[in-house]
Amino acid sequence: MGGNDFTALLPLLIVAATVIVVMLAVAVHRSHAVSASLAFLGLAAAFASLRLAALVVPRPVTPLLMLDGYGLFYIGLILAASMVVVVLCFIYFERCEGDHDEIYMLLLVATLGSTVLVASSHFVSLFLGLELLSVALYGMIAYRRSQALSLEAGIKYLVLAAASAAFLLFGMALVYGALGTMQFGEIASRLRAPDLDGWLVLPGMALMVTGFGFKLAVVPFHLWTPDVYEGASAPVTAYIATVSKGAMFALLLRYFYSSGAHELAPVFLVFSIVAVASMFAGNILALLQNNVKRILAYSSIAHLGYILVAFQAAGDLGPTAITFYLVAYFVTTLGAFGVVSVLSRSERDADRLEDYQGLFWRRPALAAIFTAMLLSLAGIPVTAGFIGKFYVVAAGASAAMWAPIIILVVTSAIGLFYYLRIVVTLYAPSRQPRAVETRVGVPGAVVLAILAICLVWFGVFPGPLVALIRQALTGAV
Amino acid sequence: MILLWLILVPLVAGVLAWLAARWNALAARWIALAATLAGLGLTLWLWRVNFYNGSAWFAQVDWAWMPQFGIRFHLAIDSLSLLLLMLTFFLGILSVLASWNEITQAVGFFHLNLLWILAGIAGVFLAVNLFLFYFAWELMLVPMYFLIAIWGHENRVYAAIKFFIFTQLSGLLMLIAILALYFIHHQATGVYTFEYQDLLNTVLSGRAEMWIMLGFFIAFAVKLPVVVLHTWLPDAHTEAPTAGSVILAGLLLKTGAYGMLRFVVPLFPHAARTLAPFAMALGVAGILYGALMAFSQTDLKRLVAYTSVSHLGFVLVGIFVGNDLALQGALMTMLCHGISTGALFILVGALQDRIHTREMNRMGGLWTTVPRLSGAALFFALASLGLPGLGDFVGEFLVLLGTYRQNIGVAVLASIGVLFATFYALRMVQRAFQGPNTNNWRVADLVPREGLVMALMIGALLWLGLYPRPVLDTFQPAMARIEQSGSGR
Repeated sequence: MGGNDFTALLPLLIVAATVIVVMLAVAVHRSHAVSASLAFLGLAAAFASLRLAALVVPRPVTPLLMLDGYGLFYIGLILAASMVVVVLCFIYFERCEGDHDEIYMLLLVATLGSTVLVASSHFVSLFLGLELLSVALYGMIAYRRSQALSLEAGIKYLVLAAASAAFLLFGMALVYGALGTMQFGEIASRLRAPDLDGWLVLPGMALMVTGFGFKLAVVPFHLWTPDVYEGASAPVTAYIATVSKGAMFALLLRYFYSSGAHELAPVFLVFSIVAVASMFAGNILALLQNNVKRILAYSSIAHLGYILVAFQAAGDLGPTAITFYLVAYFVTTLGAFGVVSVLSRSERDADRLEDYQGLFWRRPALAAIFTAMLLSLAGIPVTAGFIGKFYVVAAGASAAMWAPIIILVVTSAIGLFYYLRIVVTLYAPSRQPRAVETRVGVPGAVVLAILAICLVWFGVFPGPLVALIRQALTGAV
Repeated sequence: MILLWLILVPLVAGVLAWLAARWNALAARWIALAATLAGLGLTLWLWRVNFYNGSAWFAQVDWAWMPQFGIRFHLAIDSLSLLLLMLTFFLGILSVLASWNEITQAVGFFHLNLLWILAGIAGVFLAVNLFLFYFAWELMLVPMYFLIAIWGHENRVYAAIKFFIFTQLSGLLMLIAILALYFIHHQATGVYTFEYQDLLNTVLSGRAEMWIMLGFFIAFAVKLPVVVLHTWLPDAHTEAPTAGSVILAGLLLKTGAYGMLRFVVPLFPHAARTLAPFAMALGVAGILYGALMAFSQTDLKRLVAYTSVSHLGFVLVGIFVGNDLALQGALMTMLCHGISTGALFILVGALQDRIHTREMNRMGGLWTTVPRLSGAALFFALASLGLPGLGDFVGEFLVLLGTYRQNIGVAVLASIGVLFATFYALRMVQRAFQGPNTNNWRVADLVPREGLVMALMIGALLWLGLYPRPVLDTFQPAMARIEQSGSGR
């Protein structure tokens, strides 16, 4: 490994170093503000180092990691989202009793895992990244250990994630057994070899899809989602919804597009079924919920279904559409959970619909931001979600996948209902006395304002972002 | 640039009104009034300057927006858009005046929504890039949704959500159709474009043309509304506040008709011709069904809402008959229906403000206590039933005349609709305003502000009824192009 390899790895190294710095700082003196600031600064430094790394990519760093424009783009996205989550965590945990420095270490470890995941080009790094992410998430989900729901969610996630990791590992072993390689690029060439003995490949792929599907929370691997979303603290939920799923999708894209495995007929069929089932199940089950976090959980299942439609369309537009959609989804989800976080109180999260009744008349700015986020999830113009949905439908149309996009359209119309239900509540006459309200504070206000501006900016002038994505994707997938 | 102002003025004024309402609610009303007046002034100025100017688009704004996809911020105006924009701002002024006393809660936010709807509608009438059109089309829903959901009557949440889901779903079907057209155009020419002028010349296979046309048709049919897809309308119109009903009936329904005229017929002439008999049948069904339903309502506002279904049936028939007379008739019906139905909604709103009910069984004999209001209601009821000398008559008469040339059966059935209109209109007047005042209503008559609103609308209808010439002449160039494309290239 030479100097340039280290430069390319700089963002990952900085995140790793930050974990240690925060740990040492906590050993010296426990201070919530200091830990949060160190974590934030570390992530910011890693984000800034992307500029340096961009000068030396694309380059494979060891056989395990491939750092290219694509990887760096997703690393940037993950780091930015993690910074937002750090701020939300600070606001949220500042209100709770006790010490909260460890959440930042866990968060940094999970972020490190995610960045490894999106840069990986080999089964070994894939698994390493995934486990770093998962193990840290167990701790984060069950972090408020005095609360029963939180513990339940943590255990649930632990059991299912461990099982799915086992599936993934077995699947990788079978693929390795059949093809004799763990490198994504080489899998592609071996799959096309005429003397391929394929009977182990398909079961292997099926097991791997199970593992991926769990992390993405697509139907039928979605059962943990609502419980974990509800049980985890709002900022942690935001993290699971964005970073964890986004990193997994980035990996999925790289793995399948560079190995060409998604073109195998059975794999394609499986993804079709998963996409359609996710769109239906997510949107219809969300109708039955009364808890905002659970509604958002089911809505995220549906959104992953939409992205899978673009994933299957592939072609020219597919990867760009997915990446754009993920960016829009990150901004929107962080914004929505951001509002939930700042409204939450120490005894419980603001996740009941009543908590939002008449919010507009009490706190117009927060309600307006929440409305914008919900409308973006519903795909209404002037928001990033609209361009994202437009892009996904365009990708589907360019591949003449009429049936999936019509299902997308119909299910997203069903989905409107539950978004509007929350919006209606926001503007209903207020019942809550003003005194019980929580304060947003400067950091929260800044973060939410930035997210709202991004939401509208990407929704009205998506041009620069699209250009950036296209540039990042050139030659990568 | 002037076209941009037509959108920016209400948009900016909406924000100003919202801010101003924090210290004075009256200021918000005046700002909204000024903005709508300015909009009307701009369109009138455009009209005067370009009167009898034969060119296709007589003003444009064309900026690159997302050039890599062929998405441009491209606004253009022709005589069809111009006439509908005049209607937009005219009804905008009246909606602001009509909500002067009705809306007392969150005045600033109300006017923000009201003005943003107008901006969205102006965008729909002006956009000649299909992406921009879709953008504006979706955008005008959101403030309308808020208008119904926040300031509506008892059942507002249900009505608002139903309205939103109906229009969104149909809008998304249109999006698929737009994208299909876009990719087919790209396959044929290698150019990615959403520009209306470029897509006009796309060569489509018969089946593709039919499917894509249906995507557009359904979206516009929901808005128009065509019977079967109309179920959102009675709810939304009834539950909306007065200004919301006026804009819904007067303008949002017209965007559906506008879409048929601007997109369905010119982009897909062959498929439109194949569809024409079905569309005419649906139109006639709408005329009769709307009239019958109106006849059987006891809620005054719901009654007026159903008359819209009936009148817009004439528009649908006119568009798909597609000859000179029918198209002129469709346009006149669009304009006059906007005014007469808008006026009826304002009157019902004024009445509800005073006696707190819309139930006709609880009215009766109101003429003695509110003679001016009742007189105005009689006038617009007569307009609605198609009394010669008033605008609605001209429109429906022309449609019937044009239809008669093409299909006598449709014309006969549609004329029966005119007869039905007499029933519901007169029944409404009799039940609500004539007879004995059994409930002993004693309420205030129209105040000067409301009187002014009525006078303006009566004047406009009389003008359109007695001297429709300038409007029809203005429409001529746009109509010629629609007709030409409708009869095949």
